[in-house]
Amino acid sequence: MNISQKVLTYDEKTVFRLRELYRGYGYTRYKVSKFEEYDLYAHNKSFLVSDNVLTFTDTNGRLMALKPDVTLSIAKNYRAEDGMQKVYYNENVYRTAKGADGFREIMQAGLECIGRMDTLAVCEVLMLAQKSLSLISETYMLDVSHMGLLEGWLEAADVTGAEADEVLSFVRSKNIPSIRSFCASHGVAVPMCEVLVSLTQIYAPLGEALEALSGLLVGDKMKEAYGELCEVCRMMQAEGMTSRLYFDVTMVGDVNYYNGIVFCGFVDGIAEDVLSGGRYDSLLAKMGKRAGAIGFAVYLNVLERYGASNDGYEVDTVLLYSEADDPFRVAEAARALRAEGVDVRTEKGSDTQTRCRSVCRLTAQGWERVER
Amino acid sequence: MINIALPKGRLGEKAYAIFEKAGYECPEIKEENRKLIFENAEKGVRYFWVKPSDVVIYVERGAADIGIAGKDILLEYSPDIYELADLGMGKCRMAVACKKDFHDDRDRTLRVATKFPNIAKSFYAKQSREIDIIHLNGSIELAPILGLSDVIVDIVETGKTLLENDLEPRDTIVPISARLVANKASYKFKNSEIRTMSERIERIIREG
Repeated sequence: MNISQKVLTYDEKTVFRLRELYRGYGYTRYKVSKFEEYDLYAHNKSFLVSDNVLTFTDTNGRLMALKPDVTLSIAKNYRAEDGMQKVYYNENVYRTAKGADGFREIMQAGLECIGRMDTLAVCEVLMLAQKSLSLISETYMLDVSHMGLLEGWLEAADVTGAEADEVLSFVRSKNIPSIRSFCASHGVAVPMCEVLVSLTQIYAPLGEALEALSGLLVGDKMKEAYGELCEVCRMMQAEGMTSRLYFDVTMVGDVNYYNGIVFCGFVDGIAEDVLSGGRYDSLLAKMGKRAGAIGFAVYLNVLERYGASNDGYEVDTVLLYSEADDPFRVAEAARALRAEGVDVRTEKGSDTQTRCRSVCRLTAQGWERVER
Repeated sequence: MINIALPKGRLGEKAYAIFEKAGYECPEIKEENRKLIFENAEKGVRYFWVKPSDVVIYVERGAADIGIAGKDILLEYSPDIYELADLGMGKCRMAVACKKDFHDDRDRTLRVATKFPNIAKSFYAKQSREIDIIHLNGSIELAPILGLSDVIVDIVETGKTLLENDLEPRDTIVPISARLVANKASYKFKNSEIRTMSERIERIIREG
């Protein structure tokens, strides 16, 4: 059965295109139930986009949650003996949306790759993230960073705990004056402070950013992260996928969960990120699983108002008929009109309030167009 | 075209003067009329005045690429936006104030009247202090005088209003000033324009 394009909304079309894309890379569909035991989220609150979870008590007294996230369910069910798991999903999740009050049902698509990681696996996910964005808009940007850069700086500057959270919040908002005053009040040496300032200020294509980064590496952790970013950059260059790949360290995930490459996608015309993801081996380690993992989610709810808006018509044609008309003739005229490829709504009466392109009326010969 | 949300009032007017000095003038903004949006296509800027606390909403949701917002608003609402520069104007502080003779008894829940419940909550949470937030929208100073609250958490500029009402500031929570903020997606897609604007503005501030 062929489905007319005009029936599908922009986000629905995007869902189908994404599924096709992920299948093409050998990812299989993963369905999860709507509910999950609340404990899973209670133990991993900072992994969630928002830590508000809708809960209810199940018939057996267990505290359950309406799923606010899919990755945790997939990671929880991963078994090392299954080898490499490459899955994609398309599910509704329940959480608060950014900048909005109350819970919302949010349509989300995404994929996860869990198992033995290497540069190819990481780059493949980055490529799929870029291709996902390009299916939404030609004008997109994928920002990439490595958690090791900030972790390395924190280690070298000996900033930990709540203080680390504080300085990372300044990095997240590119707040240079606050980074400087934080460093001054916490005894971080000026050169070390300026490393973080420069790191936070870089926003450039990945290749270009790596050149700038090479002079900012303090400690082994940062060097290791830099090395990994270089490898990724080389591979992405070979695939011809670096023109829209930018470096931006301000995407700071939770250091307890994310541990390597992290990325975030934007499309022109949407004020917030439409895609985010990263490497989360640390989450699996917390769950007692020894494996690498990387994945991302596409927030389809933000596409609701994106794409070409509908033309304001509810239907192409309204076919008017009167009480006296034979219903079989009305149905026949409507059928004839639909055969011409137009959508037809039948309405009894002499006029219509429906927003339509044209109005027709039943006549002795068939139907005629009514001038409005 | 860069959309700029300015806060209505004196702070916004002072902020516009900096934009003007930085080469982003829009003469029609000074005309007395009922227009809501002012544009200078040649300079690639479009200004609009909004309620100060709404600036961050316009910026976070992308209706404005850039905005001027007080640090108080940024701390209270924690919007997911970039804070590109401290304009060093509209300087004041967020402080705890109370009646001069108030003695803080840690044995009791502290009643705190404020327009900034999130700032107050996080300040007292760090002290593991149990508080009862009384969310008011104005005339905060009245609350301790009439016994509605023990203390207030509010913006203190000169402290004159407090003094005239027999109140005094006790703890400073955080210094406040106006910030240049930007939408994160706009920063990606209008990067060179926003960066140039931010650098020019910072230069004007440095040069005084």
